[in-house]
Amino acid sequence: MSGFWDAIALLAQASLWIAAVRIATPLIFGTLGELICERAGVLNLGIEGIMVLGALTGWLAVHQGADLWTGVALAALAGAAFGLLHGVLTVPLALSQHVAGIGITLLATSLSYFAYRLAFPQITTPPRIQPFKPVPVPLLSDIPVLGPALFAQTPLTYAALAAVALVAWVLYRTPLGLAVRMVGENPEAAEAQGIDVVATRIGAIAAGSALMAVGGAFLTLSAFDAFYFNMINGRGWICIALVVFASWKPVKALLGALLFAAFDAYQLRLQQIVGGAVPYQVFLMMPYALSILALVLMSRRAAYPRALMVPYVKGERR
Amino acid sequence: MRLEPRAETPAWLSLAAPAAALAVTLLATAGLIALAGAPVLRAFATMFAGALGSGFAINELLTRATPLILTGLAASIAFRAKLWNIGAEGQLYAGAVAATLFGTGALDLPAPLLVPLLVAAGALAGAAMLAGPALLKTRLGVDEVVVTLLSNFIVLLVVGLLLEGPLKDPMGLGWPQAEPIVAAGELPKLVAGMRLHAGFLLAVALAVVAWAIDARATLGLRMRAVGLNAGAARFAGIPVERTLIWTALLSGGMAGIAGVSEVAGLKGNLTLDLSPGFGYGGIVVAMLARLHPIGVVASAMFVAAIFVGADAMSRGVGVPNYIADVIVATALLSMLVALLFLRYRPRWR
Repeated sequence: MSGFWDAIALLAQASLWIAAVRIATPLIFGTLGELICERAGVLNLGIEGIMVLGALTGWLAVHQGADLWTGVALAALAGAAFGLLHGVLTVPLALSQHVAGIGITLLATSLSYFAYRLAFPQITTPPRIQPFKPVPVPLLSDIPVLGPALFAQTPLTYAALAAVALVAWVLYRTPLGLAVRMVGENPEAAEAQGIDVVATRIGAIAAGSALMAVGGAFLTLSAFDAFYFNMINGRGWICIALVVFASWKPVKALLGALLFAAFDAYQLRLQQIVGGAVPYQVFLMMPYALSILALVLMSRRAAYPRALMVPYVKGERR
Repeated sequence: MRLEPRAETPAWLSLAAPAAALAVTLLATAGLIALAGAPVLRAFATMFAGALGSGFAINELLTRATPLILTGLAASIAFRAKLWNIGAEGQLYAGAVAATLFGTGALDLPAPLLVPLLVAAGALAGAAMLAGPALLKTRLGVDEVVVTLLSNFIVLLVVGLLLEGPLKDPMGLGWPQAEPIVAAGELPKLVAGMRLHAGFLLAVALAVVAWAIDARATLGLRMRAVGLNAGAARFAGIPVERTLIWTALLSGGMAGIAGVSEVAGLKGNLTLDLSPGFGYGGIVVAMLARLHPIGVVASAMFVAAIFVGADAMSRGVGVPNYIADVIVATALLSMLVALLFLRYRPRWR
């Protein structure tokens, strides 16, 4: 019975919630990025590869002597470039969004691994960099439990929280956001309003992909200090599930990512209590199983953008 | 720019467009080789010789093509009906687990009985793996892309769990590997001293079966109709849900057989590195073949040639063999664009 109370007591640990917010950070970036793409009507299965690319680009730049923020900016740029490619393939060329996205993931992942092997041919222990350090916000970080969790994080985590507010504001409070939502709901009507559907969609995909890449870069520049193969490990796919879970809304995406990360941080600690009784693989399965469960629960109420995955051909009726 | 459907494709274009895609791929490859500081022409020569330069090379190529044909068929069958099965990797492992369960001594049968039984068990396991996501799609409207993608990770963890627990080989010196497949369950080798095995013939035969279903059977017609326009198919009286389930069973079955073939034909026992991404490679194979089952055989050989050739290049001139994945992804994207221009004409305004 003591095990049970130990498991409950975990919830009161500040370290659990610090870890939860840290685990949530790349998911917040990734989910926001995917959300922007899908709001504009394009599914971006390139997310997994773009996150790998962001993780490598940011880390490699810093390892070569760039400062941390330059690394983040270069990662975002690399992500935007691949987003642009996905945009050209899926919007004016109207290729299958599924297949083009898988192609982008394969290309971005393999290019990253190739570049890493090229830079470090014979290496067993990955080289390290000096990552972002936590920057506690004065006063606020002294609040028990919640304070350290939200206000004693690294700068990129604050950036993720700010990005949620920024994306929500742009999507719902600016003409640009209205245009993005319109081309994802009813491109014909958008065109009639004088909105360039093709440019808006491509721009949204590039911007979303930049965010995904920053999510990847968080892992190598903030959460860890090195680049590992398979380090993204399905996080991109989890973000796609989180977008559905969040009903394509930025603030709900934040809550979804936090909830998800809290489960993940909790199971990591639970593993230490339960120890050998349950194989560790069962715990590692949890994030993927949870994502599927979230999809199943939300699918009945899923309010897909009306033109998601529908290519837009000017002047053509559908 | 806008795209206008072509009434007919000029003959020269049907050759020029794929050739242009190939040229783009070769150029990108040459750039990467140069980036790696290797002599470009010698690297290409090493690659070519490694894939096609000897009887041994061709044996290796066909061995590598075997699982790719099967996962390519899995993708082509599913994508025809617009069932986005991205879970062939997991289905392959499910098939391999089934072969391991029945093929490592649990059944004492002669080879003519045991081999077909293992293949059937693997096909059923792979089919069952995809039946779940397909049912979720048809019953609850759950998007199958993410479910199949995520299930790949879950299956791999389950395999890891089994290999450290119930399926662990007590003679494996502590390595997470399963007991070897018994002699009667092994797929026979086709050429003495080579690794090529009967799984290749099985894969080619299944490609013909898939073609027959696609081109000659009612199910094939229904699958195409559902893929082209599910609403219209329903209106025409086609049972859309049932067709999708059958598609899932066939597609997952093919991927499951790929797992059996790798375990019982090549590796001998189940390990966690049984597949270096054959499930994802199958998607490329299917798209390069324009989802045509017989074309899958050819495009699987093309993709296999790149992988086998890149391994030789990596050994010979020291270019990291991750270049193979870059080449394959570039080939996929450039070929998609090339094939598009066969059907559409760009109009500039």
